[in-house]
Amino acid sequence: MCLAVPAKIEKIKDKYALVDFEGLKKNIKIILTPEVKVGDYVLVHAGFSIQKINKKEAKESLKIWGTIR
Amino acid sequence: MLEFRDKPTTQALIKEIKKINPKKEIRIMHVCGTHEMTLARWGLRKLLPRNIKLICGPGCPVCVTSVSEIDFAIKIVKEKNVILTTFGDMFRVPGTNSSLSETKSHGADVRVIYGIDEAVKIARKTEKEVIHFSIGFETTTPMIASEILENETLKNFSIICSHRLIPPAMKYLLSCKDIEIDGFICPGHVSTIIGYEPYKILAENFAKPMVIGGFEPNDVLLSVLMILRQMKNEKPKVENEYVRAVKDKGNIIAQKIMNNVFGICDKGWRGIGTIPNSGLKLKNEFAKFDAERRFGIKIKKSQDIKPGCKCGEIMKGKAVPQDCPYFGKICTPERPIGACMVSIEGACYITYNYS
Ligand code: SF4
Repeated sequence: MCLAVPAKIEKIKDKYALVDFEGLKKNIKIILTPEVKVGDYVLVHAGFSIQKINKKEAKESLKIWGTIR
Repeated sequence: MLEFRDKPTTQALIKEIKKINPKKEIRIMHVCGTHEMTLARWGLRKLLPRNIKLICGPGCPVCVTSVSEIDFAIKIVKEKNVILTTFGDMFRVPGTNSSLSETKSHGADVRVIYGIDEAVKIARKTEKEVIHFSIGFETTTPMIASEILENETLKNFSIICSHRLIPPAMKYLLSCKDIEIDGFICPGHVSTIIGYEPYKILAENFAKPMVIGGFEPNDVLLSVLMILRQMKNEKPKVENEYVRAVKDKGNIIAQKIMNNVFGICDKGWRGIGTIPNSGLKLKNEFAKFDAERRFGIKIKKSQDIKPGCKCGEIMKGKAVPQDCPYFGKICTPERPIGACMVSIEGACYITYNYS
Protein backbone atom coordinates (compact mmCIF):
# COMPACT_ATOMS: atom_id res chain seq x y z
CA MET A 1 0.00 0.00 0.00
CA CYS A 2 2.94 2.29 0.49
CA LEU A 3 4.08 1.59 -3.04
CA ALA A 4 5.24 4.73 -4.79
CA VAL A 5 6.31 4.89 -8.41
CA PRO A 6 8.66 7.35 -10.14
CA ALA A 7 7.26 9.56 -12.90
CA LYS A 8 8.43 12.52 -14.94
CA ILE A 9 6.57 15.82 -14.78
CA GLU A 10 5.48 17.02 -18.21
CA LYS A 11 3.03 19.85 -17.53
CA ILE A 12 2.02 21.78 -14.44
CA LYS A 13 -1.27 23.58 -13.89
CA ASP A 14 -1.51 25.01 -10.38
CA LYS A 15 -2.08 22.05 -8.01
CA TYR A 16 -1.97 19.47 -10.76
CA ALA A 17 0.65 17.97 -13.05
CA LEU A 18 0.57 15.68 -16.02
CA VAL A 19 3.18 12.99 -15.43
CA ASP A 20 4.68 10.22 -17.49
CA PHE A 21 5.18 6.76 -15.98
CA GLU A 22 7.37 5.37 -18.74
CA GLY A 23 4.68 5.85 -21.38
CA LEU A 24 1.56 5.93 -19.25
CA LYS A 25 0.35 9.50 -18.71
CA LYS A 26 -1.68 10.55 -15.72
CA ASN A 27 -2.78 13.63 -13.87
CA ILE A 28 -1.60 13.84 -10.29
CA LYS A 29 -1.79 16.38 -7.49
CA ILE A 30 1.47 18.11 -6.58
CA ILE A 31 0.17 19.86 -3.48
CA LEU A 32 2.66 18.00 -1.22
CA THR A 33 5.65 18.92 -3.40
CA PRO A 34 4.94 22.47 -4.60
CA GLU A 35 8.60 23.05 -5.51
CA VAL A 36 8.62 20.65 -8.48
CA LYS A 37 9.18 21.82 -12.04
CA VAL A 38 8.61 20.41 -15.51
CA GLY A 39 11.27 17.77 -16.18
CA ASP A 40 11.62 16.74 -12.53
CA TYR A 41 11.12 13.16 -11.44
CA VAL A 42 8.76 12.57 -8.55
CA LEU A 43 7.59 9.59 -6.53
CA VAL A 44 3.85 9.16 -6.95
CA HIS A 45 1.62 7.48 -4.38
CA ALA A 46 -2.19 7.22 -4.67
CA GLY A 47 -2.43 10.09 -7.14
CA PHE A 48 -0.14 12.50 -5.28
CA SER A 49 3.55 13.27 -5.65
CA ILE A 50 5.19 12.65 -2.28
CA GLN A 51 8.80 13.57 -2.96
CA LYS A 52 11.07 14.82 -5.68
CA ILE A 53 13.61 12.22 -6.76
CA ASN A 54 17.11 13.46 -6.91
CA LYS A 55 18.97 11.82 -9.75
CA LYS A 56 22.32 12.98 -8.49
CA GLU A 57 21.61 11.48 -5.10
CA ALA A 58 20.53 8.26 -6.77
CA LYS A 59 24.17 7.72 -7.59
CA GLU A 60 25.07 8.49 -4.01
CA SER A 61 23.75 5.32 -2.39
CA LEU A 62 25.84 3.34 -4.78
CA LYS A 63 28.71 5.56 -3.79
CA ILE A 64 28.11 4.58 -0.14
CA TRP A 65 28.53 1.06 -1.33
CA GLY A 66 31.66 2.06 -3.21
CA THR A 67 33.29 3.51 -0.11
CA ILE A 68 32.42 0.36 1.77
CA ARG A 69 34.09 -1.65 -0.92
CA MET B 1 17.33 3.24 -11.69
CA LEU B 2 18.78 0.27 -13.50
CA GLU B 3 21.94 0.27 -11.39
CA PHE B 4 19.81 -0.84 -8.45
CA ARG B 5 18.94 -4.02 -10.28
CA ASP B 6 22.17 -4.82 -12.03
CA LYS B 7 23.55 -8.27 -11.43
CA PRO B 8 27.29 -7.59 -11.00
CA THR B 9 26.43 -5.12 -8.22
CA THR B 10 24.15 -7.73 -6.62
CA GLN B 11 26.95 -10.27 -6.72
CA ALA B 12 29.49 -7.82 -5.35
CA LEU B 13 27.12 -6.88 -2.52
CA ILE B 14 26.53 -10.51 -1.62
CA LYS B 15 30.26 -11.12 -1.63
CA GLU B 16 30.78 -8.19 0.72
CA ILE B 17 27.97 -9.39 3.00
CA LYS B 18 29.58 -12.83 3.17
CA LYS B 19 32.91 -11.28 4.01
CA ILE B 20 31.55 -9.26 6.93
CA ASN B 21 29.09 -11.99 8.04
CA PRO B 22 29.46 -12.48 11.81
CA LYS B 23 28.34 -16.13 11.39
CA LYS B 24 25.86 -16.03 14.26
CA GLU B 25 22.13 -15.69 13.71
CA ILE B 26 21.24 -12.13 12.73
CA ARG B 27 17.58 -11.15 12.58
CA ILE B 28 16.82 -8.09 10.49
CA MET B 29 13.20 -6.95 10.40
CA HIS B 30 11.53 -4.91 7.70
CA VAL B 31 8.16 -3.23 8.21
CA CYS B 32 6.94 -2.75 4.66
CA GLY B 33 4.96 -5.01 2.36
CA THR B 34 6.87 -3.60 -0.60
CA HIS B 35 10.16 -4.77 0.95
CA GLU B 36 8.66 -8.24 1.34
CA MET B 37 7.72 -8.14 -2.36
CA THR B 38 11.29 -7.23 -3.31
CA LEU B 39 12.69 -10.04 -1.16
CA ALA B 40 10.32 -12.61 -2.66
CA ARG B 41 10.40 -11.45 -6.26
CA TRP B 42 14.15 -11.41 -6.51
CA GLY B 43 14.72 -14.44 -4.28
CA LEU B 44 17.04 -12.40 -2.07
CA ARG B 45 16.68 -14.63 1.00
CA LYS B 46 18.26 -17.48 -0.93
CA LEU B 47 21.22 -15.34 -1.95
CA LEU B 48 22.03 -14.32 1.62
CA PRO B 49 24.02 -16.49 4.06
CA ARG B 50 21.62 -18.73 5.99
CA ASN B 51 22.35 -17.19 9.37
CA ILE B 52 21.14 -13.78 8.15
CA LYS B 53 17.39 -13.85 8.51
CA LEU B 54 15.19 -11.18 6.97
CA ILE B 55 11.95 -11.22 8.89
CA CYS B 56 8.57 -9.61 8.31
CA GLY B 57 7.08 -7.06 10.63
CA PRO B 58 3.63 -5.45 10.64
CA GLY B 59 4.22 -3.62 7.36
CA CYS B 60 0.95 -4.18 5.56
CA PRO B 61 -1.81 -1.66 6.44
CA VAL B 62 -4.55 -4.02 5.29
CA CYS B 63 -3.18 -6.85 7.45
CA VAL B 64 -3.07 -4.80 10.66
CA THR B 65 -6.55 -3.29 10.36
CA SER B 66 -8.60 -4.78 13.16
CA VAL B 67 -11.65 -6.94 12.48
CA SER B 68 -13.72 -4.54 14.60
CA GLU B 69 -13.05 -1.80 12.04
CA ILE B 70 -14.10 -4.09 9.17
CA ASP B 71 -17.24 -5.15 11.07
CA PHE B 72 -18.02 -1.48 11.67
CA ALA B 73 -17.66 -0.68 7.95
CA ILE B 74 -19.95 -3.59 7.07
CA LYS B 75 -22.53 -2.60 9.68
CA ILE B 76 -22.68 1.00 8.54
CA VAL B 77 -23.02 0.25 4.82
CA LYS B 78 -25.67 -2.39 5.54
CA GLU B 79 -27.77 -0.35 7.95
CA LYS B 80 -27.49 3.16 6.57
CA ASN B 81 -28.23 4.30 3.06
CA VAL B 82 -24.62 5.20 2.30
CA ILE B 83 -21.87 4.65 -0.25
CA LEU B 84 -18.73 3.09 1.22
CA THR B 85 -15.44 3.47 -0.63
CA THR B 86 -12.37 1.38 0.07
CA PHE B 87 -9.01 0.39 -1.39
CA GLY B 88 -8.93 -2.89 -3.32
CA ASP B 89 -7.28 -5.24 -0.84
CA MET B 90 -9.51 -4.20 2.04
CA PHE B 91 -12.53 -5.24 0.00
CA ARG B 92 -11.93 -8.96 0.41
CA VAL B 93 -10.60 -9.18 3.96
CA PRO B 94 -12.88 -11.35 6.08
CA GLY B 95 -14.66 -9.65 8.97
CA THR B 96 -16.36 -11.67 11.71
CA ASN B 97 -19.20 -12.92 9.50
CA SER B 98 -18.46 -11.61 6.03
CA SER B 99 -16.27 -9.31 3.97
CA LEU B 100 -17.13 -6.03 2.26
CA SER B 101 -17.17 -7.83 -1.07
CA GLU B 102 -19.78 -10.29 0.20
CA THR B 103 -21.74 -7.41 1.66
CA LYS B 104 -21.72 -5.75 -1.76
CA SER B 105 -22.96 -8.92 -3.43
CA HIS B 106 -25.96 -8.67 -1.12
CA GLY B 107 -26.78 -5.24 -2.47
CA ALA B 108 -24.77 -2.77 -0.35
CA ASP B 109 -23.13 0.12 -2.21
CA VAL B 110 -19.41 -0.60 -1.71
CA ARG B 111 -17.00 0.86 -4.26
CA VAL B 112 -13.32 0.15 -4.75
CA ILE B 113 -11.23 3.26 -5.44
CA TYR B 114 -7.54 3.96 -6.04
CA GLY B 115 -7.17 7.36 -4.43
CA ILE B 116 -9.06 9.40 -1.86
CA ASP B 117 -9.84 12.08 -4.47
CA GLU B 118 -12.16 9.58 -6.18
CA ALA B 119 -14.21 9.25 -2.98
CA VAL B 120 -14.50 13.03 -2.79
CA LYS B 121 -15.60 13.16 -6.44
CA ILE B 122 -18.31 10.59 -5.75
CA ALA B 123 -19.49 12.66 -2.76
CA ARG B 124 -19.69 15.79 -4.90
CA LYS B 125 -22.01 14.05 -7.36
CA THR B 126 -24.49 12.55 -4.90
CA GLU B 127 -26.83 13.55 -2.13
CA LYS B 128 -26.02 10.33 -0.31
CA GLU B 129 -23.52 10.07 2.50
CA VAL B 130 -20.13 8.82 1.30
CA ILE B 131 -17.86 7.08 3.80
CA HIS B 132 -14.27 6.22 2.97
CA PHE B 133 -12.71 3.28 4.83
CA SER B 134 -9.44 5.08 5.37
CA ILE B 135 -6.45 2.89 6.07
CA GLY B 136 -2.74 3.46 5.59
CA PHE B 137 0.54 4.42 7.16
CA GLU B 138 2.35 7.76 6.97
CA THR B 139 2.78 7.44 3.19
CA THR B 140 -0.98 7.55 2.62
CA THR B 141 -2.25 9.75 5.46
CA PRO B 142 -1.12 13.14 4.08
CA MET B 143 -3.35 12.67 1.04
CA ILE B 144 -6.38 12.00 3.20
CA ALA B 145 -5.58 15.02 5.36
CA SER B 146 -5.07 17.24 2.34
CA GLU B 147 -8.41 16.23 0.78
CA ILE B 148 -10.20 16.89 4.06
CA LEU B 149 -8.62 20.35 4.32
CA GLU B 150 -9.50 21.15 0.72
CA ASN B 151 -13.08 19.99 1.05
CA GLU B 152 -13.96 21.30 4.47
CA THR B 153 -17.35 22.49 3.27
CA LEU B 154 -18.33 19.11 1.86
CA LYS B 155 -21.41 18.03 3.82
CA ASN B 156 -21.84 14.36 2.97
CA PHE B 157 -18.34 12.94 3.35
CA SER B 158 -16.65 11.14 6.24
CA ILE B 159 -14.01 8.52 6.92
CA ILE B 160 -13.57 5.45 9.08
CA CYS B 161 -10.25 6.53 10.47
CA SER B 162 -7.99 3.46 10.56
CA HIS B 163 -4.64 5.14 10.11
CA ARG B 164 -1.62 3.76 11.92
CA LEU B 165 1.93 4.95 12.52
CA ILE B 166 5.00 2.81 11.95
CA PRO B 167 7.67 4.04 14.45
CA PRO B 168 5.47 3.34 17.55
CA ALA B 169 4.97 -0.21 16.26
CA MET B 170 8.74 -0.61 15.85
CA LYS B 171 9.22 0.67 19.37
CA TYR B 172 6.64 -1.77 20.67
CA LEU B 173 8.27 -4.75 18.99
CA LEU B 174 11.70 -3.71 20.26
CA SER B 175 10.25 -3.57 23.78
CA CYS B 176 8.85 -7.12 23.60
CA LYS B 177 11.24 -9.38 25.46
CA ASP B 178 10.24 -12.43 23.43
CA ILE B 179 10.94 -10.92 20.02
CA GLU B 180 14.52 -10.92 18.81
CA ILE B 181 15.45 -8.14 16.42
CA ASP B 182 19.03 -7.13 15.65
CA GLY B 183 18.22 -4.28 13.30
CA PHE B 184 15.57 -2.71 11.11
CA ILE B 185 15.30 -1.93 7.44
CA CYS B 186 13.08 1.14 7.78
CA PRO B 187 10.30 1.63 5.24
CA GLY B 188 11.47 3.87 2.39
CA HIS B 189 8.21 5.47 1.41
CA VAL B 190 6.96 6.06 4.94
CA SER B 191 10.34 7.74 5.45
CA THR B 192 9.91 10.10 2.46
CA ILE B 193 7.22 11.66 4.64
CA ILE B 194 8.61 11.34 8.19
CA GLY B 195 12.36 11.58 7.55
CA TYR B 196 15.06 10.33 9.97
CA GLU B 197 14.03 11.78 13.27
CA PRO B 198 11.49 9.22 14.52
CA TYR B 199 13.99 6.37 14.10
CA LYS B 200 16.85 8.19 15.77
CA ILE B 201 15.46 7.84 19.25
CA LEU B 202 14.78 4.13 18.63
CA ALA B 203 18.32 3.48 17.42
CA GLU B 204 19.66 5.27 20.49
CA ASN B 205 17.34 3.84 23.14
CA PHE B 206 17.46 0.26 21.93
CA ALA B 207 20.99 0.34 20.47
CA LYS B 208 19.86 -1.21 17.18
CA PRO B 209 20.97 -0.31 13.66
CA MET B 210 18.25 1.29 11.50
CA VAL B 211 18.72 1.74 7.78
CA ILE B 212 16.11 3.44 5.60
CA GLY B 213 16.00 1.28 2.49
CA GLY B 214 14.73 1.61 -1.07
CA PHE B 215 12.87 -1.09 -2.94
CA GLU B 216 15.12 -2.38 -5.70
CA PRO B 217 17.02 -5.59 -4.94
CA ASN B 218 20.36 -3.84 -4.60
CA ASP B 219 18.78 -1.25 -2.28
CA VAL B 220 17.74 -4.03 0.08
CA LEU B 221 21.09 -5.82 -0.08
CA LEU B 222 22.95 -2.58 0.50
CA SER B 223 20.70 -1.89 3.50
CA VAL B 224 21.60 -5.31 4.92
CA LEU B 225 25.28 -4.62 4.38
CA MET B 226 24.99 -1.23 6.10
CA ILE B 227 23.29 -2.87 9.10
CA LEU B 228 26.00 -5.54 9.35
CA ARG B 229 28.65 -2.89 9.14
CA GLN B 230 27.05 -0.93 11.96
CA MET B 231 26.93 -4.10 14.03
CA LYS B 232 30.58 -4.75 13.38
CA ASN B 233 31.54 -1.24 14.42
CA GLU B 234 29.16 -1.43 17.38
CA LYS B 235 27.76 1.95 16.46
CA PRO B 236 24.01 1.62 16.05
CA LYS B 237 22.44 4.64 14.39
CA VAL B 238 20.06 5.70 11.61
CA GLU B 239 21.44 5.64 8.12
CA ASN B 240 19.78 6.36 4.81
CA GLU B 241 20.33 4.07 1.88
CA TYR B 242 17.39 5.57 -0.05
CA VAL B 243 18.93 9.03 -0.46
CA ARG B 244 17.39 9.54 -3.87
CA ALA B 245 13.95 9.84 -2.28
CA VAL B 246 14.32 10.39 1.46
CA LYS B 247 15.42 13.72 2.89
CA ASP B 248 16.62 14.07 6.49
CA LYS B 249 13.56 15.98 7.55
CA GLY B 250 11.14 14.10 5.29
CA ASN B 251 8.34 16.01 3.60
CA ILE B 252 7.60 18.89 5.97
CA ILE B 253 4.54 20.08 4.07
CA ALA B 254 3.00 16.62 4.29
CA GLN B 255 3.80 16.40 8.01
CA LYS B 256 2.15 19.77 8.66
CA ILE B 257 -0.99 18.87 6.75
CA MET B 258 -1.20 15.57 8.63
CA ASN B 259 -0.72 17.24 12.02
CA ASN B 260 -3.37 19.84 11.23
CA VAL B 261 -6.04 17.23 10.73
CA PHE B 262 -5.05 14.29 12.92
CA GLY B 263 -4.09 13.75 16.54
CA ILE B 264 -2.38 10.71 18.05
CA CYS B 265 -4.18 7.91 19.89
CA ASP B 266 -3.57 4.34 21.06
CA LYS B 267 -4.59 1.79 18.48
CA GLY B 268 -5.21 -1.93 18.24
CA TRP B 269 -3.18 -3.75 15.59
CA ARG B 270 -4.77 -6.93 14.33
CA GLY B 271 -2.97 -9.93 15.78
CA ILE B 272 -0.59 -7.79 17.82
CA GLY B 273 -2.74 -5.90 20.31
CA THR B 274 -2.96 -2.29 21.42
CA ILE B 275 0.14 -0.24 20.71
CA PRO B 276 0.44 3.08 22.58
CA ASN B 277 0.38 6.22 20.42
CA SER B 278 0.30 4.23 17.21
CA GLY B 279 -2.96 5.46 15.72
CA LEU B 280 -4.43 8.65 14.32
CA LYS B 281 -7.80 10.19 15.05
CA LEU B 282 -9.47 13.21 13.55
CA LYS B 283 -9.08 16.33 15.65
CA ASN B 284 -12.25 17.80 17.15
CA GLU B 285 -12.43 20.56 14.51
CA PHE B 286 -12.84 17.82 11.94
CA ALA B 287 -15.29 15.67 13.94
CA LYS B 288 -17.91 15.88 11.20
CA PHE B 289 -15.57 13.86 8.96
CA ASP B 290 -15.38 11.05 11.52
CA ALA B 291 -17.95 8.37 10.55
CA GLU B 292 -18.03 6.99 14.08
CA ARG B 293 -18.98 10.34 15.60
CA ARG B 294 -21.14 11.40 12.65
CA PHE B 295 -23.40 8.37 12.75
CA GLY B 296 -23.21 7.91 16.50
CA ILE B 297 -22.27 4.26 16.14
CA LYS B 298 -19.44 3.00 18.28
CA ILE B 299 -16.89 0.54 16.97
CA LYS B 300 -17.41 -2.67 18.93
CA LYS B 301 -14.62 -5.03 19.80
CA SER B 302 -14.49 -8.15 17.61
CA GLN B 303 -12.24 -11.17 17.76
CA ASP B 304 -9.27 -10.32 15.54
CA ILE B 305 -7.76 -13.64 14.68
CA LYS B 306 -9.56 -16.80 13.68
CA PRO B 307 -8.49 -19.80 15.79
CA GLY B 308 -5.35 -21.37 14.38
CA CYS B 309 -4.42 -18.46 12.06
CA LYS B 310 -0.85 -17.36 12.72
CA CYS B 311 -1.05 -13.87 11.18
CA GLY B 312 -0.25 -12.25 14.53
CA GLU B 313 2.88 -14.32 15.11
CA ILE B 314 3.98 -13.73 11.52
CA MET B 315 3.63 -9.96 11.80
CA LYS B 316 5.63 -9.99 15.03
CA GLY B 317 8.45 -11.81 13.27
CA LYS B 318 7.93 -14.91 15.41
CA ALA B 319 6.71 -17.24 12.68
CA VAL B 320 6.80 -17.61 8.90
CA PRO B 321 3.74 -18.45 6.79
CA GLN B 322 4.85 -22.06 6.37
CA ASP B 323 4.53 -22.48 10.16
CA CYS B 324 0.76 -22.09 9.83
CA PRO B 325 -1.04 -25.44 9.45
CA TYR B 326 -3.64 -23.81 7.16
CA PHE B 327 -1.13 -22.21 4.79
CA GLY B 328 -1.78 -23.26 1.19
CA LYS B 329 -4.14 -25.99 2.38
CA ILE B 330 -7.39 -24.51 3.59
CA CYS B 331 -6.10 -20.95 3.45
CA THR B 332 -5.36 -19.70 -0.07
CA PRO B 333 -5.75 -16.34 -1.83
CA GLU B 334 -9.05 -17.61 -3.28
CA ARG B 335 -10.38 -18.64 0.15
CA PRO B 336 -8.38 -16.64 2.68
CA ILE B 337 -8.74 -17.08 6.43
CA GLY B 338 -6.59 -14.16 7.54
CA ALA B 339 -5.87 -10.76 5.98
CA CYS B 340 -2.23 -11.79 5.43
CA MET B 341 -3.49 -14.11 2.68
CA VAL B 342 -5.67 -11.42 1.05
CA SER B 343 -3.48 -8.40 0.72
CA ILE B 344 -0.94 -8.38 -2.09
CA GLU B 345 1.44 -7.11 0.57
CA GLY B 346 0.55 -9.78 3.11
CA ALA B 347 3.31 -12.22 4.06
CA CYS B 348 1.13 -15.28 3.41
CA TYR B 349 -0.06 -14.04 0.02
CA ILE B 350 3.46 -13.19 -1.11
CA THR B 351 4.92 -16.47 0.13
CA TYR B 352 2.07 -18.43 -1.49
CA ASN B 353 2.65 -16.74 -4.83
CA TYR B 354 6.41 -16.96 -4.92
CA SER B 355 7.05 -20.40 -3.48
S1 SF4 C 1 -1.94 -18.94 6.04
FE1 SF4 C 1 -3.98 -18.05 6.38
S2 SF4 C 1 -4.60 -18.83 8.38
FE2 SF4 C 1 -2.38 -19.12 8.22
S3 SF4 C 1 -1.46 -17.27 9.09
FE3 SF4 C 1 -1.65 -16.89 6.92
S4 SF4 C 1 -3.63 -15.88 6.71
FE4 SF4 C 1 -3.64 -16.82 8.75
